[in-house]
Amino acid sequence: MHFKNNKLGLLKEHDVTDEKLYLNRRQFINKAALLATATALPSVAWAESNDAPSPTYKHLQKSPFSASEALTDYEAVTTYNNFYEFGVGKDDPAKNATAFPDKSEPWRVVIEGECDNPGEYDLDDLMKPFTLEERIYRLRCVEGWSMVIPWHGFSLADLLKQAKPNSKAKYVEFHTLYNPQQMPGQQSSVLQWPYVEGLRIDEAMNPLSFLATGLYGNDLLGQNGAPLRLVTPWKYGFKSIKSITQIRFVEKQPVSSWMKAGPAEYGFYSNVNPDVSHPRWSQARERRIGEFLKRKTELFNGYQEQVAHLYTDMDLKKHF
Amino acid sequence: MSSRLFKISVFIVSLMPAVALVYGLLNDQLGANPIETLTRDTGEWALRFLLITLAVSPLRLLFSWHFLAAIRRMLGLYSFFYASVHMLLYVWLDQFFNLSDIINDIIERPFITVGVINFLALIPLALTSSDAMVKRLGTERWNRLHSLVYYIGIGGVIHFFMLVKKDITEPVIYIAILAVLLGIRLYRYSRRTLIAT
Repeated sequence: MHFKNNKLGLLKEHDVTDEKLYLNRRQFINKAALLATATALPSVAWAESNDAPSPTYKHLQKSPFSASEALTDYEAVTTYNNFYEFGVGKDDPAKNATAFPDKSEPWRVVIEGECDNPGEYDLDDLMKPFTLEERIYRLRCVEGWSMVIPWHGFSLADLLKQAKPNSKAKYVEFHTLYNPQQMPGQQSSVLQWPYVEGLRIDEAMNPLSFLATGLYGNDLLGQNGAPLRLVTPWKYGFKSIKSITQIRFVEKQPVSSWMKAGPAEYGFYSNVNPDVSHPRWSQARERRIGEFLKRKTELFNGYQEQVAHLYTDMDLKKHF
Repeated sequence: MSSRLFKISVFIVSLMPAVALVYGLLNDQLGANPIETLTRDTGEWALRFLLITLAVSPLRLLFSWHFLAAIRRMLGLYSFFYASVHMLLYVWLDQFFNLSDIINDIIERPFITVGVINFLALIPLALTSSDAMVKRLGTERWNRLHSLVYYIGIGGVIHFFMLVKKDITEPVIYIAILAVLLGIRLYRYSRRTLIAT
């Protein structure tokens, strides 16, 4: 049936386009395509160099905090993940989080604790007041590898201020969703669930602290912490808690999941620091995913200018 | 199957993990961090071949599978082969042949210390694996030297146990296998000494 409609057999000679004309048209299409890409360049600079799907958010607000380094391939960003809620292997989250989050129900976020304006929100309502902004950040994992990722989302401080934290709000604690049905990794006791992370209030209010809802111009995928994740680029990756459902202002320093798992190995601050090594990983250098040679790791992952003042009187070896 | 054909088959099968890794590397199938995959997989194969080598004697003892004697040396040398590639990847692609970095790393990170000692201990065993060396050393001395392999086995599983971040399932499986293999030997040894006395 299919072959009956094949027009090739029915074509007569005068139907065939002259080859010169054809070539001209081809050139025109190429030029037009080039022009289209060129005009699109300022807003989506990475689209042409990468294997990323075309972006749904094309006009993201730029940020002075964005790095100008080569971006890590989309493929690597979305298949090489640590997200134990979906398995302990690097490729497990991409395999096990395909249906996450369940889009049939709205994602709820609770903001509570030491604040005057607590509340529970649908993520859509929570995001409404904010303009989506792009932040190209370096991500340094405690395991000694790093990436450069174009996130988008909004500033954590902007959200926290709306909740009006009171004078007792010394820290901010974050929780990941606890739902072993949706997150099969939570059926194992490899970590204590739900995943908990925390920041000191001034760290949380620092303009670098970011809540991401997407990357590469599209909504976050499950493996990257959809639909809402923290990004603190001067700290090791595990501080950037994924799939957040709770934000709580507290007076006492929270105990994070990794602190519970290995208090001698993972501290509360977990700032990127080449001079403080982990028992398993020297932190002096890192392998940027996609690169062959290793590069030197920078103090605070190269964000000294923005965050060094937060730690002026602290012994960073003690407060690792 | 003739013994020669058996040996050749085992040789080819044992080489397959290396072939698969090279194929994966050339076809970009080793994930986002291929160097890490190569290092981890060669290390795991070194440990697997070590345990397979250590399984030969118990299998002969329990099931009289004496044909395995013919391939024990080859299996041991395969363990050394995968361990050498593993070590080369570390020295080259992790440390870029920087001697002072390597020394610092050995001192700083306990699992590296264990791994390096383990590798160094494998070298004399590989060097004395030929029939000529057995003859030169004499069976008794050769046996004493090669009993190092038990400690290397223990070192190997400890090295693996120390390097995993949180999920210890895999190293625990290796520890259990090693415990069984060494347990059989201990049981046999204690029975023998009991009868002797």
